[in-house]
Amino acid sequence: MTPVMDWSAAEIARKVRSGEISAAEMLAASLERIRLTDGISGQVGLTQWDEAEERKVHAFIQISKDLAEAQAAAVDAKAARGEDPGLLAGVPVAIKDIFCVEGTHTTAGSRMLANFRPPYTATPVQRLIDAGALVVGKANMDEFAYGSSSESSAFQPSPNNPWDPTRVPGGSSGGSAASVASTEVALSLGSDTGGSIRQPSSFCGVVGMKPTYGRVSRYGMIAFASSLDCPGPLARTVSDAALMLQVIAGEDPRDSTTSQQPVPDYQLALQQDVHGLRIGLSPDYDRIVFPDVETGEIGTEPIQAEVSRAVYDAAEQLARQGAEIVEDVPMPNARHGIPTYFVISRVEASSNLHRFDGVKYGYRTAQPVSDLNELYRLSRAEGFGTEPKLRILMGMYVSSAAYSHQYYLRARKVRAMIRRDFDTAFDPAGAYRLDALLTPTTPTTAFKRKAVYGNSVLMQYADQMTVSANHAGLPALSFPGGLDGQGLPIGLQLIAGDFREDLLLRIAHAYELATRQAAWRSAVPEAVRNEASK
Amino acid sequence: MKTYEVVIGLETHIQLNTHSKIFCSCKADSWGAEPNSNICPVCSGLPGVLPVLNAEAVKKGALLAAAMHAQINPKSEFDRKNYFYPDLPKGYQITQFDEPIGKGGYMDLTLPDGHQRRVRIHKLHLEEDAGKTKISAGMRLVDFNRCGVPLVEMVTEPDLRTGEEAALYLTRLRALLRWIGVSEADMEKGHLRCDANVSVREMGSQTLNPKTEIKNLNSIDAVRQAIQEESRRQIAVMEAGGRVESYTLDWDADTSRLTKMRSKETEADYRYFREPDLLPVLLSAEEIAAIEHSLPELPLEREERFERDYHLSAYDAEILTSERSLSDYFEEALQRYGGEAKIVSNWMINDLARLMNDLGKSASELNLRPADLAELLHLLDGGKINAPTAKTVLRRVEETGKTPTAIVEEEGLGLMDDLAALRQLVAQVLKENPAEVASFRAGKESLSGWFLGQVMRRSGGKADPRQARAILLELLAAE
Repeated sequence: MTPVMDWSAAEIARKVRSGEISAAEMLAASLERIRLTDGISGQVGLTQWDEAEERKVHAFIQISKDLAEAQAAAVDAKAARGEDPGLLAGVPVAIKDIFCVEGTHTTAGSRMLANFRPPYTATPVQRLIDAGALVVGKANMDEFAYGSSSESSAFQPSPNNPWDPTRVPGGSSGGSAASVASTEVALSLGSDTGGSIRQPSSFCGVVGMKPTYGRVSRYGMIAFASSLDCPGPLARTVSDAALMLQVIAGEDPRDSTTSQQPVPDYQLALQQDVHGLRIGLSPDYDRIVFPDVETGEIGTEPIQAEVSRAVYDAAEQLARQGAEIVEDVPMPNARHGIPTYFVISRVEASSNLHRFDGVKYGYRTAQPVSDLNELYRLSRAEGFGTEPKLRILMGMYVSSAAYSHQYYLRARKVRAMIRRDFDTAFDPAGAYRLDALLTPTTPTTAFKRKAVYGNSVLMQYADQMTVSANHAGLPALSFPGGLDGQGLPIGLQLIAGDFREDLLLRIAHAYELATRQAAWRSAVPEAVRNEASK
Repeated sequence: MKTYEVVIGLETHIQLNTHSKIFCSCKADSWGAEPNSNICPVCSGLPGVLPVLNAEAVKKGALLAAAMHAQINPKSEFDRKNYFYPDLPKGYQITQFDEPIGKGGYMDLTLPDGHQRRVRIHKLHLEEDAGKTKISAGMRLVDFNRCGVPLVEMVTEPDLRTGEEAALYLTRLRALLRWIGVSEADMEKGHLRCDANVSVREMGSQTLNPKTEIKNLNSIDAVRQAIQEESRRQIAVMEAGGRVESYTLDWDADTSRLTKMRSKETEADYRYFREPDLLPVLLSAEEIAAIEHSLPELPLEREERFERDYHLSAYDAEILTSERSLSDYFEEALQRYGGEAKIVSNWMINDLARLMNDLGKSASELNLRPADLAELLHLLDGGKINAPTAKTVLRRVEETGKTPTAIVEEEGLGLMDDLAALRQLVAQVLKENPAEVASFRAGKESLSGWFLGQVMRRSGGKADPRQARAILLELLAAE
């Protein structure tokens, strides 16, 4: 029999709804799995831990057992009364700690908010709870989501990659991806500003989606770069990601940037094959454009060969299912994605961080202060880690009256050009008429811990393949596409037009079915293998 | 001695009288409320929450733009103005920078010497208010109640020339805001706040010299006095060969003195950029037309019309249009009365104004409705009551809420219409005063007024004086 925690979210919900298993039992199974695989939760100020902890996942900052128990009891009571306990009844979920959840601490991975307890719950989290999901804990992340390895969290130890604990899980939703990959939970809610759902999904071998901007409410999600931020699902299968998106998507009167567009039935989309769909490949996603760290000179490098090959293999698989593959689709502005992101995300981030001033909530310096400015200076100097500080400096510089035209306003124009690349490719009357673009999610598989951390420029380039979808506001999905020679997951990405999440799910689901028998599908992450062997 | 010209621009913050705040559902007005009792996660800047624009604030802002003859922007945007202060919980103010709700605009003022002054509007935009801080017992306390209250910031061009003119502009603005119903415009409650930019130059010069900004002007008197004070100071500096420096000054109304707050040499960099949490505010041509259409006739237009159509004096027309409810009252009463406008105007400016003043009510709050005033004037014209009785009836209508006719009947205030009884009363008076009758007949005709007074007194004021006089003269001549 399959261990309970290996069940898909859909399977769990079905069994809880039919009374085959209770929500309380599901919660117990999840907490037990966490106990075995996760190790100690991240803590502020912790610098040393047992050797044995090095092999653990450390996906969480906080386990919200009491909250989850109350939710499980509510689900079981509903079921006992003969009421429908919801689409996600009894499904254990991890919530990235960037989402406010009443009854938990919500820290954004920062010392600044280590003591913050929000009196409200983020809309997508509330929708999960209303659908019967169990919030078992808050997942660790890069501080304020600024990073691609989760190492910058103030809560240490930061998460490890369940496939190889000497490597990072990616970031910033690293705890989310690691918790799903190690089967501690079935689903996780993450956030994606430049690739923060898709890149860790790729590194950890799970499915992660950044929906269209405005598809899922941002209410209650601590803002990084408001015009780019998107909450989205992480799951082990495409159909689970579809199920979760179904629950969290839709208009929210508390977020005026959400769309009124109706939410389609994503399960219906999964039943369709890819026959006749036009899927594009772009040479601009087969290489990375990279500044030399010393000279700043721009060079071009190929991406990891195994990753590149996986993209072509997937294209062949899809072609065999009846899709039309369109090669050589130009995406000339993709190379500007990261520099543009550097400017826009940092301007918005520095402004969004203004509210953390030690006055109302959050961290306040314990040192005596002589005036208001000193209170601000010390509270922010002590409360923020290095990443937020770097981003504040750069964000303030490029939005200053003297430089705004050269940087911020120019970056907004380039952003519009990036969007035009996609409009051209997806134009139904154009030369390419694509339904979706297929690319790698990341230029490489998961890198070693501390290999990139500390180099904020290099770290940023981990998002080169993902960031354009954020600029353009388009939906994009990362899904597993095999393992490299070291047994590390390779992630593939699909990007579609506005509100065409259904196409992404449909294509990735078709690929999932076509590769069901592939040898790599039966590989199990080390963290899970270790537990299973005991 | 050289002659100088004072150059003044006013920056006003107008609190819109919407039901809720501009970006959340807290009440907009927290006058008198306990500190921090009217706040929520949105207006107190908690992390993760988002602003949602109050459509009513947009409508009122656009209506004000229309009233100021500004162009309503079909696509306006919100921006963030970033700075640190404890009363600004998000660390940025959501305001409008380069695409405000209104563009251009002006207000025409008639100066006391009869000249017209056009005050152009430099800026008119929507924004949220900040909170308040105060120092108490060595601690700095913050009250967020006012955070997120909808404001229109309106800045004039430097088109005003004296403190008197500035006061006139504000008086007119306050009346306009109430007239179109977008703000209570109570300066004491901070619904209308004003800062003044003042500089001085030699008469005839077109250059703008360094200016000072006077803050904390909480009344129209304060605006007038502070500007006069500051112009005197700047002229003295220039006379002494000095140079006026850019300061921010604080006006202390208690001592009527200006104190320097800070030097303005270095402008803060607010790093404005588009507010990504809000969509652009789009107003269709139809919506803009509807807003412009909903704009009532403005005070100045109505004043001119009253002079032109009703042949009222400039004085009467100005008083009657000082408040919208008063002028509406006048027109309705006049229409129902159907007689001369001047008569209605006299009654309103004298008796009604006194009544309103005594009761502290506006015209629209009186029990005495325009129809009642018209009815009263009809009774008067028809000789049913005399003028002194009419004044009494006016007050009784207000007290009881009954119609004038009902009061005249119930309280027996109608004039005697029984001529036989009146003749008897006159005869009685003559009979009782034989000496006076003799004097009259001997040629002292001035006594007729005395006799009339006696008759009126005996009748309790109910005799029609014209009839009484006719009978009196007839009987005196008879023998």
